[in-house]
Amino acid sequence: MQFLPELTLLGAGLIIFMVSLGKTNAELTRNIAIGLGAAVLVATFLSYCAEGKLFFGAYQVDLFSQVFKTLIAGAMLGVLILGKNLRDVSEKIHAEYYLFLFMSVLGLMMLVSSVELISIFVSLELSSFAVYIMVPMRDDSGKTRFQMEAGIKYLLFGVTATGFMLFGMSYMYGLTGSTELATIITKYSTMWANPAYVISMMMVLAGFFYKLAIFPFHFWVPDVYEGASNETTAFIATVPKLAATALLIRLISQISGDGQVIINVLMVCAVASMFYGNLSALVQKDVKRMLGFSGIAHAGFVLLGILTFQITGYANAMYYIIGYVLMNLACFLVICNVSEKGENVMIDDLSGLHKRSPLMAFTLAVGLFALAGIPPFVGFMGKFMLLTGALKEGYMVVVILAAINTAIAIYYYLSVVRVTYCSDPEDRNDVAAPSMLINATSVVLLAAIVFMGVSPQRFVDFASTAVKTIM
Amino acid sequence: MDQLLINPEYPHILSTLIFLPLAGAILLLFVRNEFFARYWALGITSLTAILSIPLVSAFDSTTSKFQFVEQVSWIKSLNIQYVIGIDGISILLVMLTTLIMPLCVLASWSYIKTRVQAFMVCLLIMESAMLGVFMALDFVLFYVLWEAMLIPMYMLIGIWGGPRKIYASVKFFLYTLAGSVMLLVAIIWLYINNGYSFFIPDMMWQNYSSTSQIFLFLAFFLAFAIKVPMFPFHTWLPAAHVEAPTAGSVILASVLLKMGTYGFLRFAIPMTPEATMTLAPAVLWLSIAGIMYGGFTALAQHDMKKLIAYSSVGHMGFVTLGIFVLNQQGVEGAILQMINHGITTGALFLCIGMIYERTHSRELSDARGLGKHMPIYVTFLAFFSLSSFGFPATNSFVGEFMIIAGTFEHSMVLALACIPGAVLAAAYMLRMLQKIIWGDTDNPDQSKMKDLNVREIVTLAPFLFFVFWIGLGAQPFLDLIHVSVENLLNNYYSFTAPAVAVTEFIIH
Repeated sequence: MQFLPELTLLGAGLIIFMVSLGKTNAELTRNIAIGLGAAVLVATFLSYCAEGKLFFGAYQVDLFSQVFKTLIAGAMLGVLILGKNLRDVSEKIHAEYYLFLFMSVLGLMMLVSSVELISIFVSLELSSFAVYIMVPMRDDSGKTRFQMEAGIKYLLFGVTATGFMLFGMSYMYGLTGSTELATIITKYSTMWANPAYVISMMMVLAGFFYKLAIFPFHFWVPDVYEGASNETTAFIATVPKLAATALLIRLISQISGDGQVIINVLMVCAVASMFYGNLSALVQKDVKRMLGFSGIAHAGFVLLGILTFQITGYANAMYYIIGYVLMNLACFLVICNVSEKGENVMIDDLSGLHKRSPLMAFTLAVGLFALAGIPPFVGFMGKFMLLTGALKEGYMVVVILAAINTAIAIYYYLSVVRVTYCSDPEDRNDVAAPSMLINATSVVLLAAIVFMGVSPQRFVDFASTAVKTIM
Repeated sequence: MDQLLINPEYPHILSTLIFLPLAGAILLLFVRNEFFARYWALGITSLTAILSIPLVSAFDSTTSKFQFVEQVSWIKSLNIQYVIGIDGISILLVMLTTLIMPLCVLASWSYIKTRVQAFMVCLLIMESAMLGVFMALDFVLFYVLWEAMLIPMYMLIGIWGGPRKIYASVKFFLYTLAGSVMLLVAIIWLYINNGYSFFIPDMMWQNYSSTSQIFLFLAFFLAFAIKVPMFPFHTWLPAAHVEAPTAGSVILASVLLKMGTYGFLRFAIPMTPEATMTLAPAVLWLSIAGIMYGGFTALAQHDMKKLIAYSSVGHMGFVTLGIFVLNQQGVEGAILQMINHGITTGALFLCIGMIYERTHSRELSDARGLGKHMPIYVTFLAFFSLSSFGFPATNSFVGEFMIIAGTFEHSMVLALACIPGAVLAAAYMLRMLQKIIWGDTDNPDQSKMKDLNVREIVTLAPFLFFVFWIGLGAQPFLDLIHVSVENLLNNYYSFTAPAVAVTEFIIH
């Protein structure tokens, strides 16, 4: 029971592998993948209350990890549904694509349960390498091979970040003589002023910063978002961020908040991410690239919750990242459906979307306003609680800088909404009517974005309960 | 909680007013019939207006407490409540909003031809949010509604607006949002320094340190001065007014601008009295600058909507002047003038909209000589224009007179400085009136113009009724606000007395 979601994923991977051996059409493969995704979600629900340790203590199953596994499975199902038959990936390799997707998710699920350095490393690499392959799987439609460029960039930056992390882990092992997080943390509690401790910690964090796309480990974001197919980008933009946040919370919640150095570093990273992301997003023309930069800024906000070193702060960060995934899924659902053959969507391509597809336009508008942090959507509540939490700890300057960033960010979100609602479609083609399943998904996403924003109480309480189990 | 008064005979009246339009909007989302959408919106807004009448009859004008209070916990962990109530400062604004909305629907009856039901949805959501802003007694509730209002207003301008609608709508959105982000920080600061409570009455009249008061005041000022708008933050206003559809202009002029001045009265003065005292001179002179600037710019306009928009800057300058002279006459006059401006300027925008519907031009030169062919129209226009520059027996005369009287009490120099503004108002309004009624010798051919139809007369008549009611018998209105203002000023003077004493001690 404790290992059920992971086993289901592994099984799903095997089934998809079987499918890849035979000859199937894209529609069938997609339906199988969606079915398996739903099965994984059910498995996470079944093992929801499981608790325990596996593999000699390297693998911890608790409420915190199970919550995140459910979220990851849900987000994965969302990504599987919103993609329209992977039109930009050659039909021959659809099954393989789904296989790698499941393997990556398996890595992420293992990551949220890992409490030991080696298992963290292994699961992080499993999740990353699968995605390294998914990125260049896109068709070379423009003959510019920019998907290869994206893949290589993703790989090189990823490997560099891993290098940092491994180096940091070697320090950790050297200082404490153990690879188990619990032992390391106990030994660390007396040496928080030790420079070696700070360096090891920062280097290990670098690996997660890379996944979460926090300055200065964000360089891969714009090119990978642009180069990968729309569905792959939707995946990269949502699911790994959940796992990265989970592990960041797991690691940081253990260390003592006395080490002002770490807080300062986190603060600088948070503010730099916000400014870098928002200012760069201002000038983007490609919607995915813009969302990539906005993702960097949002990661900064997540960090704002974590750096409070309080349970409520972690819970807020958790609430925020869930909201972020919902908002991003809403945006990517529109992108995937607006693009005709799976090509990238420029902001101008959205002109007059309200006439061509009212529900898509509405979904996009709500998603973007929510990302911008306008009430009554989840983005506002999340930001509001993060700012409140940070100000409670006395980080006035950071809060003011974050507030200024909200004002900067609204401009680029608004310019997309403007194109969608206030301009004419000119001679652009109609958007093919989305299937019932996609329409239903967008309605569910809209409802969730509004509901989480209007009544955040139960979600935050729930997140606090989950966080308390790992403290 | 001693500032609250629960009226048992009307337990949920305020919530009904807020949620009725919202429910109407949600239902309208599922309707695909333009004809039905118009009548539905008219029905809902009229029902809201009728339901709001008991507020006035049951309002207890002998107390400054918040009345008709409703209180429900909303987000427990942050101690955020859904708490609403009204006092003398907000009751007239609430009434103005509920009464003006049906008229906005009527004004858009034939003006809006595309996506009618979406337009009506936006109007109804706007009504909910605007009423909520004036009623909210929880700062987060206030902020949520204050910001949420931007989306429907943005849509109103951006979708149904004029040729430069995109520029205008984005500018409106960015200005307002950028102004209010620091308000959010101020709110959180107040929450932390008030025993973790967002309850607005609890935040008032506390002894915050002088430095933090100054910062708080600046955060408030940025948000509210942009909304008013005060010179030099006014540049979004002409753009938004000119491009917005008629109903949008009316909402903007009559209700949205009042939120800024309402914010000064509700938050800036009670929460930061010392900072208000320190910074009031600067605000007063900015008001004078706004009055003069609005007047001179209006004098030079050829576009009628722009003319009215700049006149708004001037009129709102009078309102902020009245608020920051901080005496009974000034503040009461300012509140009354907020209502007057809502009535008069709203009506003027409706008038301009009616010409625009006929000629598709807002140019003053195209509207010359209408008087001969549209006698009913110019009668209405003449009365509203007279009211706009404060002609005796109209509503603005009472408000402006009180403000100027209050200013004389406060400082002679300031009063003398604002007098030319009143003269300017007469100059630009009479210039417009002269051109529209008589024009020149080379008037365009206006013989095809039809005079107002019954719907348009019904739209304008209530405005005229209030112009004269307030102009001839303002006492019932002043009675409603008197006690609240008195209480506000008493508290203000008792809280600034120590600071005044210290200053005097240093000087002597």
